[in-house]
Amino acid sequence: MRFLYHFGKYYQLVGKSFSKPEKVSIYYRRALKEIELLGINSLGIVALISVFIGAVITMQTAYNIENPFIPDYLIGLTARDTMLLEFSTTMIALILAGKVGSSISSEIGTMRVTEQIDALEIMGVNSASYLILPKIIANVFFFPLLAILSMVIGVFGGWLACILLDVISPEDYITGIRYAFIPYYIYYSCVKMVFYAFIISTVPAYHGYYVEGGSLEVGKASTRSVVYCSILILSVDVVLTQLLLS
Amino acid sequence: MIEVKDVVMAFGDKTVLNHVSTAFDRGKTNLVIGRSGSGKTVLLKSIVGLVQVTSGEIWYDGALFNKMDFAGQKEIRKQIGMIFQGSALFDSLNVQQNVMFPLDMFTTMSTNEKLERVNFCLCRVSLENVNQLMPAELSGGMKKRVAIARAIAMNPKYLLCDEPNSGLDPQTSIIIDNLIKEITEEYDITTIINTHDMNSVLEIGEKITFIYEGRIEWEGTKDEILNSQNQYVDNFVFASGMGKKIKNMMV
Ligand SMILES: Nc1ncnc2c1ncn2[C@@H]1O[C@H](COP(=O)(O)OP(=O)(O)OP(=O)(O)O)[C@@H](O)[C@H]1O
Ligand SMILES: [Mg+2]
Repeated sequence: MRFLYHFGKYYQLVGKSFSKPEKVSIYYRRALKEIELLGINSLGIVALISVFIGAVITMQTAYNIENPFIPDYLIGLTARDTMLLEFSTTMIALILAGKVGSSISSEIGTMRVTEQIDALEIMGVNSASYLILPKIIANVFFFPLLAILSMVIGVFGGWLACILLDVISPEDYITGIRYAFIPYYIYYSCVKMVFYAFIISTVPAYHGYYVEGGSLEVGKASTRSVVYCSILILSVDVVLTQLLLS
Repeated sequence: MIEVKDVVMAFGDKTVLNHVSTAFDRGKTNLVIGRSGSGKTVLLKSIVGLVQVTSGEIWYDGALFNKMDFAGQKEIRKQIGMIFQGSALFDSLNVQQNVMFPLDMFTTMSTNEKLERVNFCLCRVSLENVNQLMPAELSGGMKKRVAIARAIAMNPKYLLCDEPNSGLDPQTSIIIDNLIKEITEEYDITTIINTHDMNSVLEIGEKITFIYEGRIEWEGTKDEILNSQNQYVDNFVFASGMGKKIKNMMV
């Protein structure tokens, strides 16, 4: 019952944020600003995590298939596909849920408890659309790019592991990452990332928008929104993988 | 003119406004006074529709506000300037952007015209050379004044102030009170001010509505309030020991 209540309210809020903007130029500028705040500022952490994950996947795969009948280049291939299919999207999305999601819900939550949202409403501004729509646009547009970046850097991380830690020979690794490459995987990842981006913008926005109380509640809402985002991301992952890959 | 007709506002089973009816005239400073928790803020929020009244009617110059659809309410809200109890400045924008915000949103003025208007409004509240400061860098009183500047930027027909001078020193309070009164008369605005500050009451109280536990207990002017013959009003007005002595001397 409570779930239905929240889902209805969430649905309404998302609907409200998609209504016609008062002034398109302002929304455009805000979307650019959000791309900077939410997307560009996440480049560093995404790059860092991807390089390590790429390296670790390569090492673990090599460690697990020490078998003379399996050629070494398959390790490169496995690392590449793991990165492309799962880590560059779901793993990165979970990290972004923590970084971007919590910042969205605390920003909007603070605006709620300090009556800034009321002030917007009084002026006749549609606060939901003014605050949430630019974030949705920024994330939906930028997160797939982050995923692609993460793939590139992750594969590069695996190569670094080969060079620095002597896991397999770099030549075998390169052969592996070029072997039986399926471009559809990139498309699949981008589609997943668009869904994740939507979740990471709207779920925290919902939690922030309906905060009641003070700064303590804002903190709680932000924690809660990260938990819900993570659960949703993983469930959507299962559904989309079933729909797109099987 | 804003009219409130038989408004009841309840949160769950707690009735905060209990059959409140009154009218606030144009060009006058209408004060709503009462103790902390008596329902002043809730009354103001019901008037602008931030909370939905349980029953009753809110009229803006002959238009029934609380039964309108979203678009209709929006049109009226564009004519409302509101000052919140906590100022509610947008803390990601600097002073200039804050005051310019409604102009950006709803007018087609050029940047220069907007800037001129912003500086005029800031000047009106005696704030100069603070355009580039962020709200976090302002004192409480300056925030209140920026909030006033933002509220008057669009030349509102209705100005609603929730404790515009709470937390300010008596001198700044009087300056802000007089400023609001001047603006009200100059532009013939319908102004409602929530306050529990007796100085304001005696300075600018052209019409005073006294709320006690969610109902209107007394209405009158600043000249009448000192001998209102109402027990609750007297307790409020002459709350301090000094006040009680003055009261006894008057009697
Ligand atoms: N959202 C809400 N939910 C439940 N009760 C509320 C809500 N908002 C206000 N109240 C209650 O309504 C009563 C009146 O509150 P209100 O904020 O109007 O007081 P006030 O007269 O403005 O006081 P102050 O002078 O301290 O600002 C209080 O008892 C408060 O607990
Ligand atoms: Mg109040």
